[in-house]
Amino acid sequence: MTHDHDHEHDHDHGSELSEMQLRVRALETVLAEKGYIDPAALDAIIEAYETKVGPHTGARVVAKAWSDPAFRQALLADASKAVASFGLLNRVGDHLLAVENTPKQHNMIVCTLCSCYPWEVLGLPPVWYKSAPYRSRAVNDPRGVLADFGVKLPADTQIRVWDSTAETRFIVLPMRPAGTEGWSEERLAALVTRDCMIGTGLPKDPKEAA
Amino acid sequence: MDGIHDMGGMHGFGKVEPEKDEPVFHAPWEGRTLALNRAMGYTGIWTIDQTRAGIERLPADVYLTSSYYKKWETRLENMIVDLGLAGRDELEAGHALRPGKPLKRKLTVADVPNTLSRGTFARPAQAPARFKAGDKVRTKNIHPPTHTRLPRYARDKVGVVEAIRGCHVYPDTVAIGQGENPQWLYTVLFDGRELWGDATDPTLKVSIEAFEPYLEPA
Repeated sequence: MTHDHDHEHDHDHGSELSEMQLRVRALETVLAEKGYIDPAALDAIIEAYETKVGPHTGARVVAKAWSDPAFRQALLADASKAVASFGLLNRVGDHLLAVENTPKQHNMIVCTLCSCYPWEVLGLPPVWYKSAPYRSRAVNDPRGVLADFGVKLPADTQIRVWDSTAETRFIVLPMRPAGTEGWSEERLAALVTRDCMIGTGLPKDPKEAA
Repeated sequence: MDGIHDMGGMHGFGKVEPEKDEPVFHAPWEGRTLALNRAMGYTGIWTIDQTRAGIERLPADVYLTSSYYKKWETRLENMIVDLGLAGRDELEAGHALRPGKPLKRKLTVADVPNTLSRGTFARPAQAPARFKAGDKVRTKNIHPPTHTRLPRYARDKVGVVEAIRGCHVYPDTVAIGQGENPQWLYTVLFDGRELWGDATDPTLKVSIEAFEPYLEPA
């Protein structure tokens, strides 16, 4: 927590860190002694989010949709079912929707009320996604938000913002970059960034990735 | 509730500042806090909407000045104390001073892989859907002091039903202990100018996921 990226953090990072370490340790000890939780299960959850669950899964899904028209159709029809059929995850929760960028429309995902995010395919949300600047501005100034990410879209592209106000979850299917004809799914997946699946970024330039 | 959490459209929070190569957790206590919340949620003592309401009830100044996981930690302490699962004296002592209450189940290492996927919130319908794709609807002008998922910026606005998403647990009642009360869920699409006025970028469209009780015909 040496970064000043998060406006929500207390200013005195050092003291928050030690205070929070102590508070969380006390809470965990009480809950374990009461018999409510098993600390080993906590270790397993943390390990899963640090090593297994992440945007690499979403990137594989996008690369497959770019390569396989039948999968793309299935993904847009029912993303929960399509991602489950892909076999990357043991199980996929319901209500996952894939929304497709086109030359006419760019999609962006936000949760203005809290931090809803498609954990299964993108992992835990980054700090900026949960921050007040993003949550406040995505719905009324998405082009300004895109500028914060260094992204500029044509003035006539329609911007479609999806506010995740219920249990539906969204993943953006970006446009396949030109110049990737004949690329394997693995190579394509390397172009798919987390941000381009949220709609705050675009896939990597194939020339730079090559 | 019309709380500080309902941030859509507010001014004054500044630029979005992405962090390069952001770690999954910025400190070990953040991971412990996430895992503690998941493990306690697994015991079945509260629903996702009750936990959201727990964050929304934090005082506005605490909400704005606490990091994300600090909010989670504070919320967890509050809910545990409110439900009588532990006392403040125990949290301060850092040890249980009394035996725990029996809970429905406890998360084990073997269960963890299955908790990584989301459950379903779809439920059998209590009545046929009132709206269909293409219908013009107006969102209600409601200001409940309790949990709701209709954001302020999208109240009393005219939009179009784009899709029906099924019948789901209704957050507004489940959060206050009045049952799942399943309701039809719709994607409702608004023109940016309907939400923000004529000076708005004409290429902007915004959708919310709206439960049927939030909507009336327009």
